[in-house]
Amino acid sequence: MSKRPDFSTVALWAGLAFIYIPMVILVIYSFNASRLVTVWGGWSVHWYVGLLDNTQLMNAVKRSLQIAFYTACAAVALGTLAAFVMTRIKRFRGRTLFSGLVTAPLVMPEVITGLSLLLLFVAMAQLLGWPAERGIMTIWIAHTTFCTAYVAIVVSGRLGELDQSIEEAAMDLGAPPWKTFLLITVPMIAPSIAAGWLLSFTLSLDDLVLASFVSGPGATTLPMEVFSAVRLGVKPEINAIASVILLAVGLFTLLAWFLVRSADKRSRTPPPEDDEHVTWQSVINSRKS
Amino acid sequence: MKNTLSRLLPSGRFWVISVPYLWLFLFFLLPFAIVLKISFSQAAISIPPYSPLFDYAEQSLTVMVNLGNYIFLSEDSLYLAAYLGSLKVALISTIICLLLGYPMALAIARAPREKQLVYLLLVMMPTWTAILIRVYAWMGILSTNGLLNNFLMSIGIISTPMEILNTNTAVYIGVVYAYLPFMVLPLYANLVKHDHSLLEAAMDLGAGRLKAFWKVTVPLSKTGIIAGSMLVFIPVVGEFVIPELLGGPETLMIGKILWQEFFNNRDWPVAAALAIIMLAILLIPIIFFHYNQSRAMEKNA
Repeated sequence: MSKRPDFSTVALWAGLAFIYIPMVILVIYSFNASRLVTVWGGWSVHWYVGLLDNTQLMNAVKRSLQIAFYTACAAVALGTLAAFVMTRIKRFRGRTLFSGLVTAPLVMPEVITGLSLLLLFVAMAQLLGWPAERGIMTIWIAHTTFCTAYVAIVVSGRLGELDQSIEEAAMDLGAPPWKTFLLITVPMIAPSIAAGWLLSFTLSLDDLVLASFVSGPGATTLPMEVFSAVRLGVKPEINAIASVILLAVGLFTLLAWFLVRSADKRSRTPPPEDDEHVTWQSVINSRKS
Repeated sequence: MKNTLSRLLPSGRFWVISVPYLWLFLFFLLPFAIVLKISFSQAAISIPPYSPLFDYAEQSLTVMVNLGNYIFLSEDSLYLAAYLGSLKVALISTIICLLLGYPMALAIARAPREKQLVYLLLVMMPTWTAILIRVYAWMGILSTNGLLNNFLMSIGIISTPMEILNTNTAVYIGVVYAYLPFMVLPLYANLVKHDHSLLEAAMDLGAGRLKAFWKVTVPLSKTGIIAGSMLVFIPVVGEFVIPELLGGPETLMIGKILWQEFFNNRDWPVAAALAIIMLAILLIPIIFFHYNQSRAMEKNA
């Protein structure tokens, strides 16, 4: 390809500017001393300090972090199993339905999932007496269900490109399947499991719609608090909490990126000699040899 | 060669399949049956606010199927307009995302390997940030005395502030902004696998850059285009946050109407009927997406 900046490179930079400028503006204005959100009144951390005194908000933050942690752990367990089933077990009864159940939550509009789960919980409470009240538990179930799909996609991508001969060797040498899975497969897919954990954590932390449907009275999460404040318009306190969330998510993403990159590096040794002109064909060829 | 992990012990194999299966069945598929059931019942002032569909009294089972909710939805033109409005917003935003996202994905796929990961991270990061916050960022920019209007007035392009917030324009901006990464990522995943020599062959045989792009790159990236378009189109049809925060009274979208029926009017059966119709509309795109995904996954495995 020619070296002059072509149309697609310009489009990439324009697209990235479009994505990031609004967020940068939001963060800058969170340090605005003025209460009028569109008038610049000098730098200040006033609104950040105010956040700590807001006990209702802090309780919501604690609740959200708690749910996100439990969600990430459960989704990683279920999602890894689901990915394993999809990539390694080629034939069983109901496989089509199974893979449909794994991919559908990725695109299903949240209002539908939220409404249907709430109606399920209400029906279960009537029939079984459980869940007696909706709150952290029901939000956790809702989040786990849709995060499982994300983990399954991330992990199955990695499982698909693994060299299966190592697993076969372990089994040939007499390791039972569960031991092979825990000692051979899991360490090899560990980076994508970790990435799936982080992804689930942030997805759960961010969710508004599902939580609004399945939560009960009193159990508000952070996005629910932010939403009820945002509905009334732009406020400096919200700018501050939004910036904190952006920062936290940014750090998480960086962490996940390092995990994926280190896995990527490990899987492609020895590196191709000339990194500048590496084509995909040559990478594939070097892998085959 | 067939001695893989797939030859698990029958019991182990059973558990490995059934645990995630059962969870997804119970908390994803079964709820839809309940939504369908409740969409046929009547709203009632009770807890929960609908009348039971099955009545077991005097040793006889009475089933009361009530199509009233669906008839009600078909009679009020508001709901039809909301469905059409959602589909229109979803379709137009999908096209805009495709037009913006395709060159971006192409540029990432053609960048050197080390840079690809940096670009990917930059595109991916917003998808992990709350949609609520990204939409909120636009509220401050688009409002009548917001930054965009102040900026345009200060450089003299406009003399009076434009009304953008609480209009459909703001909804389009918000939707494209929020869903652009979902278009770029699957497109990139597809484009990066392309064999560059095919493009070179086309150009050696006399095709121009543009023609080679149309005849080679675009057809090869069909799977990516479908995946990206579906990842944008399907969720946008049911989108609630963006029309609620950026849209105005003229914005009719079904996700917002469903939310209002449920939370404001507390009419659960009508909300359930709205969800069932939305699901019926989305069923074909969802199956299409799933078929596309499983084909791509099998190629991978």
